[in-house]
Amino acid sequence: MGSPLLAFWMNLLGREDDDRRVRRTTFRVAATSAAQASATIFLILRRMRAPLIVLIVIFAVSVLGLTLIPGQDTQGAPWRMGFFDAFYVMSYTASTIGFGEIPYPFTYSQRMWVTISIYLTVIGWAYAIGSLLALLQDRAFRSALALQHFSRKVSRLHEPFLLIAGYGRTGELLGHSFDALGRRFVVLDRSDERIDALELGSYRGDVPGLAADARDPGHLAVAGLGHACCEAVVALTDDEEANLAVVMAAALLRPELPVIARVTSHAIAERMQAFGNPSTVNPFDRFGDHLRLALRAPSSYQLMTWLESGPGAELPSRGDPPRSGRWIVCGYGRLGREVTMDLRAEGWTSPSSRPTRPTWRTPTCSWATVPIRGSWRRPTWIARSGWSPARTTTRPTCRWSPRPAAAIRRCSSPRGRTGRPAPPCSPRCRSTRCSCPAS
Amino acid sequence: MNLEKVVFGFFVVLAATLNFGFFIGDIDDPALHNPYELFAAVVVNLIATVLKFGDRTQIGAVHLATSLVAVLQLIGATLAFGYAEYISSAGMNAAWTASVVSLSGGALLANIVSVVLLVVETVSFHRG
Repeated sequence: MGSPLLAFWMNLLGREDDDRRVRRTTFRVAATSAAQASATIFLILRRMRAPLIVLIVIFAVSVLGLTLIPGQDTQGAPWRMGFFDAFYVMSYTASTIGFGEIPYPFTYSQRMWVTISIYLTVIGWAYAIGSLLALLQDRAFRSALALQHFSRKVSRLHEPFLLIAGYGRTGELLGHSFDALGRRFVVLDRSDERIDALELGSYRGDVPGLAADARDPGHLAVAGLGHACCEAVVALTDDEEANLAVVMAAALLRPELPVIARVTSHAIAERMQAFGNPSTVNPFDRFGDHLRLALRAPSSYQLMTWLESGPGAELPSRGDPPRSGRWIVCGYGRLGREVTMDLRAEGWTSPSSRPTRPTWRTPTCSWATVPIRGSWRRPTWIARSGWSPARTTTRPTCRWSPRPAAAIRRCSSPRGRTGRPAPPCSPRCRSTRCSCPAS
Repeated sequence: MNLEKVVFGFFVVLAATLNFGFFIGDIDDPALHNPYELFAAVVVNLIATVLKFGDRTQIGAVHLATSLVAVLQLIGATLAFGYAEYISSAGMNAAWTASVVSLSGGALLANIVSVVLLVVETVSFHRG
């Protein structure tokens, strides 16, 4: 009777212990990062030692000299300046205010000493202020200040927020969509320019952003990975290893948090799956899927785009994809490969042709999947592969590609998929390597 | 031998000795308390405080705290001194002298703590 209850309590308490351990670890990681920031401030204080001591010594010597040098009052009686008068005179002289000789006009010996002190104190002030300004301009100091400012902002967040690691084009789009929904988010990016762009971006809510490497778990912890209001982590950097590091840190420090990671290679995606259960998004793969869906079922594609556009979006117009013809895939990089595979899976290639493996950036006539070596920037090569600009209907481009390397054009020949011999792709086609049957 | 440690120890001890030199003597006799000594104590204490900037250790933090206390007390003493000399109609009488010297006495205590810390640090370093 007691043992299930005991097991229940043990389970409950054990989970609490786990939670506490995770929180403590996150806190420790964040504290390491914060300690780095305070270390910089200690370093600054340490560097200010010499200028401050020089200033103190110069002031002390000048004041002491003024009190020791004999002067005289208006009646000519011998008079010595007190410490207060001397400090007062030196203060306004050193700061170049210069109220004059008070309380009585100086004697020549006093004036000589004041002349020397003026030069000394000006040097002292220039050194101290110069060092201080140089330190304020110091990159490490500024980044330490930015880190402190950022962590203060994040710890003050009291509503659920999203942690975005990597603020490129995708991060920006995601940020604007989230902001439009009235949600909060925190941004980490390695480049200063992107964080400046974040500050310039017209967001409704206040968006804390830090220029720091997301691979460092300390930065992630400062950015709110250990925060109770953190809803999810999105890894969107253009570096696969950095995304993997973000996934690993999130899975180890906050196993219960949902993680969404951008990934372009299958190997990294598999490694990510080893840590928790992150949702991985391969943009090239996703683009190919969308293309397939748009070709096969334009209405489904229309519905999906509409649903993905967020609340209040207008119904996008339904596309009219070509039902027949050849496809020319220009550029055989990662995206080109995915698209070729998807097109082939859709049955857009001739089954009789044997697929060959073209090299990087080779224009490919995917009607027969035969590689043609040559620059796709030159129109003649495109023409040889059977494309005519006058009869092109669609030209989708990849929105997720980091560089628009691959543009997809549709081949003009309507008989591409009928199995009958196609007409020559171009009257000028004389290449022996061209796959067109006429040549 | 570390030259930085020599300079540090020198200023910490000098701050304490100058402070002690000003403090010693009848508390209400202005003739026994030289203002130059107070001035020197303030300057050396300021330098000692600046030397303690930027130490991240626990003992460094306590060092800085004691020095800040000493500087605060000594500046209080100089302000009292200046008030008695220049503003108060009574001048530097026994009461004002006593208050100036007692303030510097408080600073002396803080300086002694600082010297004790220095000694403790040194001894523990040799044993450790």
